[in-house]
Amino acid sequence: MAGQLSIAKALNGALRKSLENDPKTVLMGEDIGKLGGVFRITDGLQKDFGDDRVMDTPLAESGIMGTAIGLALRGYRPVVEIQFDGFVYPAFDQIVSQLAKMHARALGHVKMPVTVRIPFGGGIGAVEHHSESHEAYFAHTAGLRVVSPSNAHDAHWMLRQAIESDDPVIFLEPKRRYWDKGEVGEDPMLPLHSARIVRPGTDATLIAYGPMVKVCQEAAQAAEEDGRHLEVVDLRSLSPIDFPTLEESLKRTGRGIVVHEAPVFLGLGAELAARLTERCFYHLEAPILRVGGYHAPYPPSRVEETYLPDLDRVLDAVDRALAY
Amino acid sequence: MSLPHLADPAGRYRAMRLIRSFEELALEWVRSGLIVGGTHPYIGQEAVAVGVCAALAPDDGLTSTHRGHGHVLAKGADPGRLLAELAGRVDGLNRGRGGSMHAADFSLGILGANGIVGAGAPIAVGAAWAAQRQGRPRVVASFFGDGALNQGVLLEALNLASIWRAPVLFVCENNGYATTLPAGAAVGGSACGRAEAFGIPAETVDGMDVEAVRAAAGRMVERARAGGGPGFLECLTYRFEAHHTMERRFRLAYRTAQEVAAWRARDPLASAAAALPSATVAAIDAEVGQLLLESAEFALASAEPDPLTAGDHLYASGLRPRSGAAL
Repeated sequence: MAGQLSIAKALNGALRKSLENDPKTVLMGEDIGKLGGVFRITDGLQKDFGDDRVMDTPLAESGIMGTAIGLALRGYRPVVEIQFDGFVYPAFDQIVSQLAKMHARALGHVKMPVTVRIPFGGGIGAVEHHSESHEAYFAHTAGLRVVSPSNAHDAHWMLRQAIESDDPVIFLEPKRRYWDKGEVGEDPMLPLHSARIVRPGTDATLIAYGPMVKVCQEAAQAAEEDGRHLEVVDLRSLSPIDFPTLEESLKRTGRGIVVHEAPVFLGLGAELAARLTERCFYHLEAPILRVGGYHAPYPPSRVEETYLPDLDRVLDAVDRALAY
Repeated sequence: MSLPHLADPAGRYRAMRLIRSFEELALEWVRSGLIVGGTHPYIGQEAVAVGVCAALAPDDGLTSTHRGHGHVLAKGADPGRLLAELAGRVDGLNRGRGGSMHAADFSLGILGANGIVGAGAPIAVGAAWAAQRQGRPRVVASFFGDGALNQGVLLEALNLASIWRAPVLFVCENNGYATTLPAGAAVGGSACGRAEAFGIPAETVDGMDVEAVRAAAGRMVERARAGGGPGFLECLTYRFEAHHTMERRFRLAYRTAQEVAAWRARDPLASAAAALPSATVAAIDAEVGQLLLESAEFALASAEPDPLTAGDHLYASGLRPRSGAAL
């Protein structure tokens, strides 16, 4: 495992390991077999594991998701690939009304070990339905776990943990970081639901996940030049949320800024700000601020850079937080 | 091997009698407030559930609908536990968490009723496909109504079952109305035409005749079990009662009294009884009456769930992110 791997390769390795470790693990999705997926995350897996374990499905997201639920009811551990973020909407009912609730509704009689892999977010010059950040819909639904890795190590180990989990997991892959390389360690280091402080600091806490972790790390680096020491927390699990780690950080720094690509309006940042304010009120020097996308349809590629939060928008929020 | 309790005409009559009497009792419990929120009564459609389940083996599965009590009982679920489920008690099939529209008994292959029209169909395909992959020819019957014929997810499921030759029996209970909209005004083409378009053999039967349903379902189940792929059965039937118990209050008038009376004259329970010696029918009726008395006692004796358990079983992994007031 040692050495530098892209996030894409790290995910591919995780799927390979999962297929090796458990004969009940099956992969299904559009163009994942022969082609190896449009982002090549399943590259070579059908060749090595056969087309009954790595299955090309028709374009029918609702049917694919329902089939995965049926397979799970009969003891399988399906991993579904949704080709692009916006393509998950046709499967919405099967995910929120069936997959999320089956275990609680049966009060534990059945398990739903289904992993739904979705490349999400923008930044690759695609358009709406190919660039969306829809994590709030899923995080809002009780019974689902929603996670997103930001680096190669987490991509590998979090995917393996997601597949091994008996819970349904929405696994959001930061598609514009697929080709970023990093070290993949020999063990996962953290449980799937834990957040991680990726850069310690003292003046303010930047909270991000998936593609925005890198932006926040760059912002913290730039702020260092101005003598500001920013802490960066990689949320990793969007539901449930590791509040103890966030609280501990905020109580030290007194300032928090949540950064995500999704629209700020009713996004994950709203819940984080509200709950952390409740829990850390007397430790805060400023309101918890949010940096994110605009409350508008995802724009055409030409203006994508205007829409997506960048280093300047993050640092601007840091200025505002420090000005209180 | 077919389900032993449905193996002969007397057993099938008994199952239909049980469903009818159970549903009548459930109506009473809705009126008296023991069942909160109402139900979708299955009265009038008993021959479909019983006829189809009579063609299934014990380890075959089914997915059911919002009008699902008949399917659940026909497959063999305990009426006391189903009644407790409807009344929201801890000894219910789903310990009171599923309610009328989500009753399930996975130990009997009852993979769940479903409140979303058509949503059970791809789940049935997945479960059937799983059995096929395991080399165990277990069939899954997927029940749905004429309303589901216009849901895209059903068409996706038909296609997937067809290309994978999954052993699914699609059972369309055409009772003539999707809530209040007549099927004639809602369904372009036909039920069987949809299946045939996907290369699935389809047949229409008299859904008021339990033996006709059983015979047709039996042919399709055996073919599916032998690897011949899915089948589609349209059962022409009628619900004698309202779409939902709330309908009484709203006094919806979308069916004429004559139409209801004409279908009631073809009561599937009465015709199944007529085929048996009257002493047999009387003995079964008495036995089922006693069983339901005991079922009611069982359900009433069961406790109501503790609201503080609302967050239990959120995650199979045992993860408990929040508890109590901060849920």
